[in-house]
Amino acid sequence: MKTAVTAAELDIPSLRKAFPVLHQTVNGHPLVYFDNAATTQKPSAVINALVDYYRGYNANIHRGIHTLAEKATRAFEESRVAAQKFLGAREKEEIIFVRGVTEAINLVAQSLGSILLQPGDEILLSGMEHHSNIVPWQLVAELRGALIKVIPVTESGELDMAAFERSLSVKTKIVSVNHASNSLGTINPIETIIQKAHAVGAKVLIDGAQAAAHLEIDVQKLDCDFYCISGHKMYGPTGVGVLYGKRALLEQMPPYQGGGEMIKEVTFEKTTYNDIPYKFEAGTPNIADVIALKGAFDFINGLGKEAIRAHENKLLQYAVTRLTSVKGIRLIGTARDKVSVQSFLLEGIHPFDVGQLLDARGIAVRTGHHCTQPLMDRFGIDGTVRASFAVYNTEAEIDRLLEGLTRINSLHR
Amino acid sequence: MTIAETQKEIINDFALLEGDREMSVMYLMDLGEKLPAFPEEQRIDGNLVKGCQSKVWLVATLRKDRIYFSADSNTAITKGLVSLLIRIFNGHLPDEILDGELFFMNQIGMDRFIGTQRSNGFAAMIQRMKQYAKALKTTSGIQA
Ligand SMILES: Cc1ncc(COP(=O)(O)O)c(C=O)c1O
Repeated sequence: MKTAVTAAELDIPSLRKAFPVLHQTVNGHPLVYFDNAATTQKPSAVINALVDYYRGYNANIHRGIHTLAEKATRAFEESRVAAQKFLGAREKEEIIFVRGVTEAINLVAQSLGSILLQPGDEILLSGMEHHSNIVPWQLVAELRGALIKVIPVTESGELDMAAFERSLSVKTKIVSVNHASNSLGTINPIETIIQKAHAVGAKVLIDGAQAAAHLEIDVQKLDCDFYCISGHKMYGPTGVGVLYGKRALLEQMPPYQGGGEMIKEVTFEKTTYNDIPYKFEAGTPNIADVIALKGAFDFINGLGKEAIRAHENKLLQYAVTRLTSVKGIRLIGTARDKVSVQSFLLEGIHPFDVGQLLDARGIAVRTGHHCTQPLMDRFGIDGTVRASFAVYNTEAEIDRLLEGLTRINSLHR
Repeated sequence: MTIAETQKEIINDFALLEGDREMSVMYLMDLGEKLPAFPEEQRIDGNLVKGCQSKVWLVATLRKDRIYFSADSNTAITKGLVSLLIRIFNGHLPDEILDGELFFMNQIGMDRFIGTQRSNGFAAMIQRMKQYAKALKTTSGIQA
């Protein structure tokens, strides 16, 4: 591994050059892209990897014996090894390529749920989950007669850990929480959650959608049973993500979808399934995006998570300090430990209007419930304005956001 | 003024903003603020326009065969949008509203400054207004 450089050494102007999309004007203003929690922009290395594959060695993988198929298969499996290293998994067979976190959670909910859940069993989620870490569990809970319980969220946007411990019992079979919240930025104490959940015999899934681009991940140290990430939120392409699962569990779990690739032998009487990971990768996979995802792992590893985190922390601190000075602002999500996400409301102006007015000045933020309606209900609001920062963002861009908000305040009162 | 004439007036008003997005959005928000206060007792779910991301309440009444709308929204830009429709349709006969063709949106470049989500909501508002016109036409006893 590359030795981590200090934050001061990250050369942001030259790093920005690697992201073609950043260099444009939007509505007559240089683009300020603060919607990174929804999806990050892609470096040229990732874009080129996609183009190179389609131009140079597009072929279906695994069963081909010709040269292009061999080259594509090798690149595909190299991505698996890169994902294994990125997540700290013991074996590459524990890495399953999926469409993203949504598909990963649906896979685990359906497959694990079918062998683990009995009527009256409990699935424990948190009050700050994305809908994609709620609805798949509701579907399987209904099917199996299981119940969903929820860890409450405090006013600052942290998990109520005392309530979490009280919720655990022998009935708890699955605990599924995010590593970091997409709406609040809160980094959850997943080490403790995993350890306490295991103590009552529950399996734990960690939704790492908002962690992958920011935080160190080591699934062996964490000892989580499942961990999932989406490529597009970590400088990679859309339509590809990774599900890590412990070998012993993946081997016990039934396939999620049937088709080609996932079988050993098919007869109309009896089909035998392939070994992991292929058992869970039915059909022709998203070859191009899987291959290009390696470019995203390389990009992040090249900078080092520590340096990324230091830069983004600086941006978050700067943003919070400056935002606090805006008239009528209410910050939502003020946990001590956060990734670079800040939600807020401006008094008397709906988030949609704030978003539209900022867009008119070339500033991209997200507005609405961010697919976390139960969390919005918790705060008694129907949405927020959310600015989320990536490694290529700058303090000067935060100044632009502040200018925009100040102007909205002055013109619309 | 006819439905077409009011639209031409709106097009001229927006032309003064020379396509500046920020000014256009601000102007819309100002227009929304000028809408008469919406009756509190009408702020019920049954009066919400389905298909809008923002909340839009819309009601219609008939006075001397002519239709008058009132509306409100929880977002200022949407309130501005519905205020344009009210300005165009208010005081017209149900048939005029049902036959009225809307052409101002393209000409003021509305899609560019409101985005697809609000465009869909806008279409839903128009549809709801036409539904009101259809329903009130029968109650008013006017025959086509
Ligand atoms: C915390 C969290 N979980 C899950 C998801 C869903 O990810 P995807 O849409 O890539 O499947 C997101 C994306 O918004 C997220 O932020």
